[in-house]
Amino acid sequence: MAKQGIIKQDGIIEEALSNAMFRVRLENDHLITATISGKMRMNYIRILPGDKVAVEMSPYDLTRGRITYRYK
Amino acid sequence: MGRIHLKSPEEIELIRKNCLIVSKALARVAEILRPGISSLEIDKAAEEVILDLGAKPGFKGYGGFPATLCVSHNDIVVHGIPGNYEYLDGDIVSVDCGSYSEGYYGDSAYTFGIGEVEEPILKLLRVTRQSLYEGIDKARVGHRLGDVGAAIQDFTEKQHGYAVVRDLVGHGVGKNLHEAPQVPNYGKRGRGVKLQHGLVIAIEPMINLGKKDVYQEQDGWTIRTRDGSVSAHFEHTIAVLQEGPEILSSHTELEENMKKNANLIDF
Repeated sequence: MAKQGIIKQDGIIEEALSNAMFRVRLENDHLITATISGKMRMNYIRILPGDKVAVEMSPYDLTRGRITYRYK
Repeated sequence: MGRIHLKSPEEIELIRKNCLIVSKALARVAEILRPGISSLEIDKAAEEVILDLGAKPGFKGYGGFPATLCVSHNDIVVHGIPGNYEYLDGDIVSVDCGSYSEGYYGDSAYTFGIGEVEEPILKLLRVTRQSLYEGIDKARVGHRLGDVGAAIQDFTEKQHGYAVVRDLVGHGVGKNLHEAPQVPNYGKRGRGVKLQHGLVIAIEPMINLGKKDVYQEQDGWTIRTRDGSVSAHFEHTIAVLQEGPEILSSHTELEENMKKNANLIDF
């Protein structure tokens, strides 16, 4: 039986919330709350509103995500 | 899903036992599948085989799944629920089966062609079946999961123009039906989890004739292609060993039965 995989999508940062959480507008126009991934925190990568980012989401909660990459 | 659990030789043996039970159940399906038979009937037949061999159906009750088999015909990708649908000449149906006994699981699947199936669809079946083996060939110690996915994706998308379903993935197999790691059928070479000796995974390419997008029906299970194109699915549970990948499930008996069954087209 196949498993539902993590969904990778791109989006734009709309708003920075507290605790390294961000509101992200995905390509399909959904608005989600995303957290910044540990690897990005470790490397001190800053994310600002307007940035285009890559997000990973669980199929079990489509309102939350994890930001894994910031595009140039 | 969590941590990856590498299996001992004893555990691999128990998983292999379950995989062979699944293989026998699928072989039974290959014997009786024909136009006019309902999906519920083949589900019952497979369940009988599993129970007779002293095991339990691996899918029944998993997340509330109501049956022994996932029966996914034509534009249904996976997780079709057995019911009153009677198969028609020209249908393709992917049959996925699981078994649970002695604390471990087994998982395997095959897509059959019933009656006169058009050549373009037969080609999809051949390519998808082959892509499973392309992926298995890369599942060696020291390689990465991305190599497996990339092999399947290159073969089916680049070489043959089909589409790999992204939303569903293969998975580790062991004490649970779905374990870490996730095994996508797409990927980049050199990326992903490093494969180690003792890793047991189910590789299951799901390939669409048209576009990759799929959606879930209201029943909470059935996954269909968005553009209505047909979809093929093949699955083996394999163990990654020092000497190379070892396929724990088997399609040998079911392929023999498929050849003998005049209602199923050979591809």
